[in-house]
Amino acid sequence: MDVAAFCRQSRVLIVAGKGGVGKTTVTAALARVAARHSLRTLVVELEAKSGLATAFGQPGGLDYQESVLEPAGAEASAGAEIRGRVLTPDDALLDYLAEHGLRRVSRRLMSSGAAEVVSTAVPGARDILVLGKVKQLERGGSADLIIVDAPAAGHAITFLTSATGLLDSARGGPVRSQAAEVVGMLGDPSRCQVVLVTLAEEMPVSEVVETAYKLEDRVGISLGPVVVNALYPCLAGLEADPMEAAAAAGVEVSAGQAESMRAAAAFRGRRQQLQADQLGRLAEALPLPQVHLPFVFSTAIGPAQSAILADAVVKGVRALPDPGPDGYGARLPGAAATDEAAVGAADH
Amino acid sequence: MIDLAEDMSGLAQDRAIVVCCGAGGVGKTTTSAAIALEGARRGRRACVVTIDPARRLADALGLESLTNRPGLVEGDWPGELWALMLDTKGTFDDLVARYAGGEDQARTILDNRLYRNLSDVLSGTQEYMAAEKLYELANEGRFDLIVVDTPPTRNALDFLEAPRRLTRFLDNRVFRMLVAPTRAYLRAMSVATQAFLRTISRVVGTEMMGDVVAFFRAFEGMEEGFRERANRVRALLSEPTTAFVVVASPRDDAVEEALFFVHKLQEAGIPIQALVVNRLHPHFGAEQGPPTEAVNGPLGDLVANLADLRSVAEEEELGFAELASRVAPSPVARVPLLTDDVHSLAGLDQVAAHLFGPDRRPATGGGPGLDGGPAGEPSPGGRPDLGDRPAPAPAG
Repeated sequence: MDVAAFCRQSRVLIVAGKGGVGKTTVTAALARVAARHSLRTLVVELEAKSGLATAFGQPGGLDYQESVLEPAGAEASAGAEIRGRVLTPDDALLDYLAEHGLRRVSRRLMSSGAAEVVSTAVPGARDILVLGKVKQLERGGSADLIIVDAPAAGHAITFLTSATGLLDSARGGPVRSQAAEVVGMLGDPSRCQVVLVTLAEEMPVSEVVETAYKLEDRVGISLGPVVVNALYPCLAGLEADPMEAAAAAGVEVSAGQAESMRAAAAFRGRRQQLQADQLGRLAEALPLPQVHLPFVFSTAIGPAQSAILADAVVKGVRALPDPGPDGYGARLPGAAATDEAAVGAADH
Repeated sequence: MIDLAEDMSGLAQDRAIVVCCGAGGVGKTTTSAAIALEGARRGRRACVVTIDPARRLADALGLESLTNRPGLVEGDWPGELWALMLDTKGTFDDLVARYAGGEDQARTILDNRLYRNLSDVLSGTQEYMAAEKLYELANEGRFDLIVVDTPPTRNALDFLEAPRRLTRFLDNRVFRMLVAPTRAYLRAMSVATQAFLRTISRVVGTEMMGDVVAFFRAFEGMEEGFRERANRVRALLSEPTTAFVVVASPRDDAVEEALFFVHKLQEAGIPIQALVVNRLHPHFGAEQGPPTEAVNGPLGDLVANLADLRSVAEEEELGFAELASRVAPSPVARVPLLTDDVHSLAGLDQVAAHLFGPDRRPATGGGPGLDGGPAGEPSPGGRPDLGDRPAPAPAG
């Protein structure tokens, strides 16, 4: 599908996946792609990790105050600005209280521990506060696209189901109306969708499949493509014998060099086989289209690596089928309808 | 006095409790299970407490049908291997039942809506219940070695602090005053506090406030029991026979989190007995390949692949050098990115081989030791290799 259209589908993208799969990396890459297409982009971190700032070549972490991660025009001549901020339940609660005329007691609520007691008493209160703030940012319109780096998968389900749960249990009051507004945002594909991230490994694949179905069942949130991160790029020549390949190229290699190449090729071949098996498993279990991102052979994702990943996102998105009005999620078996075409698309 | 050998084998051989800390996705569960397996291979009665094992690993350990009690893993080793998957809610329920004044009080608490949320919402509850389970198992005396896979957390100390946090929660002064039936308390409650509570009611609704009050009433008289228990858990974790192991992967963000863990543990005066770095790219020989420029075709791919893998392996080695020096002289175990996901006892054995040395024996005086030296001096022998070496023959 068209990349600009992809970026403009929803005003909020929630990036979710198991710990260690690279949610922050994917968040940064998506932000770059959106900025390249002139969308003023705001990245929201729910934990104060430094990975995001690193991806934009900035020292230190993000703050509750928005800061510029990448100025306008840095990614592309027509590119827009990328900003970032942290959003914690405590900060969101302070804001909420201040907005409800309770600024005076808010500090005391926090310091006495009363806030903790109450937010424990109200199911999902902390999540609602954060999502409520995201909704407020979305409504505020200071950004064209808000990308939320969500908590790890298990928590992401709790996080996103909190509003529905609260609607069921709270009969009235400001908390209920807050929950209702959040549910409204989550259920509207033009306002919000989830991008799931995984690795092509056994446990992350199992977990992402489970998460997708739970989100579909319990939240009714629109699901975008699944991003499969850190795939070894395919190299066609790895099966060749190093000595023969060298002879064919007219290059001399020592027996030691050949052995190193053979061992390295065998290692990568086995990892790639494992990866292909898991991609197949994922496609079979979860009929959502996949966007594949390469492993960048580096331990750190700095601006250079992040830009490579953004290029890969662009390539992956171009190959995507056009989603239905409810995203791709309505194609999950057991959801609205089973769409054979979607299953086929996931197999690419 | 037992000799706590300062190498990896000491963990499986001599320690009574091993706590594995680390961020999510770094292979903590696998590492914990491999340490317990090694204990069993050395003739000890070992138990691993896991939080959220991969399905097939859980199956391999026979965890499928398990409740909150340890289950015996069948295998050919001189000791015993037990495994349990932590049930946070169940453990908490047991704790409530233990300290409640009677069945009625326990029932009132278990049915309270706030309590039902508590174990999901109150940060650190899962950590606390892992510590609680550990204490319970240690007290039973059925095991020589208990390995705990801690929940992934931003703060390594959650595991230690959580018991205290719960007692503080139960101790909240504002709410104690609220539930106290006596007028003396009401007088003691300042006008500001009353206004403050009315304010909370207005925001969350009187119904929720009713639950809160009922919750604190229900716990009446139980805080002391909880506090005492929490202190004993903390004491157990400070025993010299308890070891903390930090588990990391070589990605920069995971290393950064591990550094944070190490810092926090050391700040609290808790020695770290070992560092385990998982998912390392293997090294492939020392010789350089031919120059990459001007090489096309299959040779180009072969050369590029070797160069890519080498550069990432070197970067990884450099990346955790600081981490290794922070835990020195404790050993650093390197576990390569395996060519298959670990989902069987044979797979665990492979991991154990990397942790404890490939030709380890169920020795009596400590094994041949660590895989790799400390502090950024990676000896070639200590580097991970392909990760497909055969699992050692089962002992016994």
